[in-house]
Parts: sequence; C-alpha cells; structure tokens
Amino acid sequence: MTRAFEPASANSAVAHAGRPRRRRPDWLRHLMADRLGMFGLVLVALVVIGAVFADVLTSYDPIRMSPRDRFAAPGLDHLMGTDNLGRDLFTRVLHGGRIALTVAMAATAASLALGVSLGLVAGYGPRWLDNALILLFDALRSFPTVMLALALVTLIGPSLAAVILVVVLSGAPSYGRIVRTQVISLKRAEFVLAERSMGAGTARILFVHLLPNVIGPILILASMDIPVVITIEAGMSFLGLGVPPPTPSWGNILNDGFSFIRESIWPVIAGGVPIIVATLGFTFLGEALRDTFDPRIRKDM
Amino acid sequence: MLVYTVKRLGLSVAIILVATAVLFVMVFAIPGDPVSVALGPRASPSVVEAFRERMGLDQPLPIQMLRFYGNLLTGNLGHDVLSGRSVATMVLEQLPYSLTLIAGAMVWSVALGVPLGCYAAMRRGSAVDSIVGVLSVGTIAIPSFVVAIYLLLIFAIGLGWLPAIGAGRSGEFGDQLVHLILPSLAVGLGWVGYLARMVRSTMLEVMGESHIRMAHAFGLPPRLVIFKYALRIAILPTLTLLGLGIGQMLSGTVFAEIVFARPGVGQLVYDAVSVRNYPVVTGAVLVTTAFYVLATLAADLLVASLDPRIRTSLRQ
Repeated sequence: MTRAFEPASANSAVAHAGRPRRRRPDWLRHLMADRLGMFGLVLVALVVIGAVFADVLTSYDPIRMSPRDRFAAPGLDHLMGTDNLGRDLFTRVLHGGRIALTVAMAATAASLALGVSLGLVAGYGPRWLDNALILLFDALRSFPTVMLALALVTLIGPSLAAVILVVVLSGAPSYGRIVRTQVISLKRAEFVLAERSMGAGTARILFVHLLPNVIGPILILASMDIPVVITIEAGMSFLGLGVPPPTPSWGNILNDGFSFIRESIWPVIAGGVPIIVATLGFTFLGEALRDTFDPRIRKDM
Repeated sequence: MLVYTVKRLGLSVAIILVATAVLFVMVFAIPGDPVSVALGPRASPSVVEAFRERMGLDQPLPIQMLRFYGNLLTGNLGHDVLSGRSVATMVLEQLPYSLTLIAGAMVWSVALGVPLGCYAAMRRGSAVDSIVGVLSVGTIAIPSFVVAIYLLLIFAIGLGWLPAIGAGRSGEFGDQLVHLILPSLAVGLGWVGYLARMVRSTMLEVMGESHIRMAHAFGLPPRLVIFKYALRIAILPTLTLLGLGIGQMLSGTVFAEIVFARPGVGQLVYDAVSVRNYPVVTGAVLVTTAFYVLATLAADLLVASLDPRIRTSLRQ
C-alpha cells in the first residue's frame, strides 16, 4: 500500500549532478512542468484571491436583501446576477469562498491531528489497542458520509461545527490507518531501538522520531482530500444541514437557487460553478503535488 | 477459501456491531436527550414520561444498549416517533428505489468507464489517452449534487427531453426507465472516472504479462487478445472498486433523490431529519451502513474466489 516517504528529488539530483547550480530546486521545476497542475494552481489562486479580497472586489453586502432587484441577469451592476432576495450573487460567491476555505483548513487540520495521533498510538501501542482502534476506524469508515451527516444533524442541528465534525469523523480514520501501518513498519527500525535503549520516553519516540517519518505522505493525502472537504461542506449546506442561512456558502447559494430554478438559472450557476472551479483546481494541484513529491503514493481507498 | 470466508465474515459482523455502538453512543452522548429532541421543548411532563417508558429510555444505558442489540437481532429497528410505524418496514419499502438508482449508476459507470479505460490503455500516450485522463479526474472531483442539478437544468428544464421529477408511474417499466436516466447518470458519473482510471492502469499492467505476449506471439488477432485475455484479468480490481463504490453511491443517491424528488431511503431520511425523527434516521443509517459493509464483503469474496493469491492474506 503506502510506502515510506522519500523525496522524488533523490533520483533526479543524481541525474543532474555535475551541471551548474540552478536557482530553482528540482521539485519546483517538476511541478511547473505539470501543465494540468499549473492550471489547477490558477483555479485555486482565483478562489483564494476572491475570498481574501472579497471586501475590496465588491461594494455589495452579501446578506442585505433588496427585493426590487431580484433575479437580475448578469450585467455590469451585478456580475453574476442576483438571487431570489435581490442579493448580489458575485458578492455572495466571494464570501462563500471564505467559508469553503475556512472549513477546508480547519476541518483538515482537525482530522489530521486526530487521525495522526490515533494512528501513532495504534501502531506503537499494545496489540489489543491496535485491534480496537482499527475496528473503530473501519466502523467509522463504513458510514456513508451523507448518512453520517444526516444522523449528526438530527442530533445537534445544522451548524459549522456539525460540518467539521462530519469531516473529522469521515476523514481521520483513513489517516489513522495509514499512519498506523507505517509506524508498525518503522517501530522495529534501528534508530527507534537505539533511541529506546538510551532511555527515551514513548512520547519522545512517537513525536520526535516517528512522526517526521510518517507525516510527509499524510500531508500530501490531506491536500488531495481538500476537494472532498469542500464537497462535504457544500453538499451539507445544499441539504440545509451545514452553515445556516443567511450566511453565504456555495451550498446555500445552490440551495436557494435550486428552489427557484424555474424562475432564474443564474443563482444555480453562481452556486455550482465555484464548487466546480474549487474542486477541480484543488484536485489538479493535489495530483501534481503528489506526482512531484512521491509518485508512488496511492490513495488508500 | 473457507478460512478466508469465515475470517472476512467475522470482520464484517464486528464492523457492523461497532458501527451500531458508535451510532448508539452518539445518540445518547449528545447534549439534550432524545426525548426533547423528538417531542420538542414544550412537551408536558406526563407526555415526556410516557414517551420515555415507551422507548425504554428510563432504563440505565448498558441495559438500553443490550435491548437495542436484542431488537436488532429480531429485525426491529424501533418505531417512527410520529406515526408509530416500524422503521424496518419503512426503510425496506424505500430501499428498492435506492437500489434501482445504484444499479442504474453502475450500468452508466461500467458502460462508459470500462471502454474509455480500455481505449486509453490501447492508445497509451496519445491525445485520447490524456483527454480520458483529464476527464476521469474531472468527473471524480466534481460533486454529484452539482452534476445532478446541472443535468436537471440542461436536459429536463432547458431541452425538455427527460422528466425532471419523480420515479415514474408504478407498473410502467418504460416510464420508470426514462425517469431513471438522469439521476443514475448523476450518481454514476464520478465512477466513470474511477473505473476508466482503474481499467487503464490494470490493462497496462496485464498487457506486459507473459501470457498476453505469448498470445500475441501466437498470432492471435490483437482484438481477441485484448478482449478475451487481457480485459478479463483487468476487470478484477474493478469489482473490488465497485464494492467500495456502493458506499459513496449511497451518499450520491441521497442527493439524486432530493434533486429529482424521487422516493428512496435518502428522501426518507432527509424528511425525517427536518422533523428530528431520530429513530427513522438511525435505523436508515444502520441499514445503509450494513448494506455497504456486506457489499464490500461480497466484492472481496468474489474477487478472492477468482484470484487465489488474495485468499492467503487477509488484509489488516
């Protein structure tokens, strides 16, 4: 399955030995040669710039209604038109990008932290704990994501926290399983035995010695999961299970637009196209990053 | 094979039991007990007491959990808070609609994905190969609910070629089939990409093996070699992938059922969530989760029966 992390530059460095020193490192040249990856980077940059400079790029308020302007077609006043309450869709899309990126970062960080720590414990701990955690991981992974989301929201109600909880519960087990497999293959390695014979504690071995060895592939997998997180957030909001309205989220825009799809097509287009741009962009970029840093990592489906 | 089957079966049962426990703990660990969730904050104390007793909520947690498992064994998933109907019956009523949708999605993904992957492998490195590559990644990345909405917008509302809502009149096969086209494409499109990628990479691997080169050297027509000998082996990992895919397709059906207003388990759960009808939600989640675990089990056993190398190692 997933093997230990080795930078791909190890081989190419040998190949280029003897040439004059270049300013750009190998990995960067490799990455920039990947045309699809660069296209992904442009899409991601569009989303990020839109989200960061939302207040500068438009003068409208994303929430204030203006019923007289409802269902306007795209034009100079409203670049993407307006929705059923007369709100400027371009503004809402930019602000929706903030929600999408915030959730993507927060939820990915949380599921990484939980998954990696549990994976370290499972791999290094006693056999029974390993078995118990693996069973828990597999049980959590067997819930269909949307079903898990529906169950959680029935209990705690729709909120940003519910979205993050769903991402963590569905994502952390995969990271945990991969880290655990790698820790098991490393824990009998000589550098770990040496450290232990010199009296290092378990925490030191786990976090100072094992963690740096397993974190590389996991970070790349996490970057490839960003489109999945964006999909979960948008999907839950579309079902009314995520970020509660009137907060602009791409899923909310799509939900509002879908209710009035026969009156105007612009809200649905404004809600869906950013989701496509973001998921495609992060996917192309993530694949390029993976190919650059380790062509052998394969997503553990 | 028997040892493998028993081990794999045991693992599946364990996973279902733990998943049930997780769901159970979730329901009871969350602040605000299920009674107020179900009845709302304004219920009178006597109603609350009667409800607690009827649902067995007055018992200690471990007893409740044992009861829950006991009920599961007899196929009892609890009762609808509002109508009092058996949740198991309600879910089983809706399940065929969702399974039809999944079957349709699989037909789409196999009918498009396998030939695309095969063709890309035969023309490795060509423009067609790169286009199939980009299309695969694209269809995998784009969420199925966005696909569903745009399919509805283009083919049902814009062009008016296909119906927008419902599952068709009952008993009329043709009408139901026409209603199935768009939703199943929405659910299956992502899997076109997965299958094309998988078939392409295994085909390339298989084409290099000695028995294929032998067949070529023997002078068999290339088409015969590809379709009779190479594809047959290359299709195996695809089976496992489809087994795993059922879980994600189940998620996809929820969206497709809501966008196209079709009956089904997703629609049932979605309606239950808005009124916080938690026994229906947990019951349906359990059924779909068990269904997914059993589907992966079936796929694994099928592949193991076809490929003896797998039987000797139980993945853990």
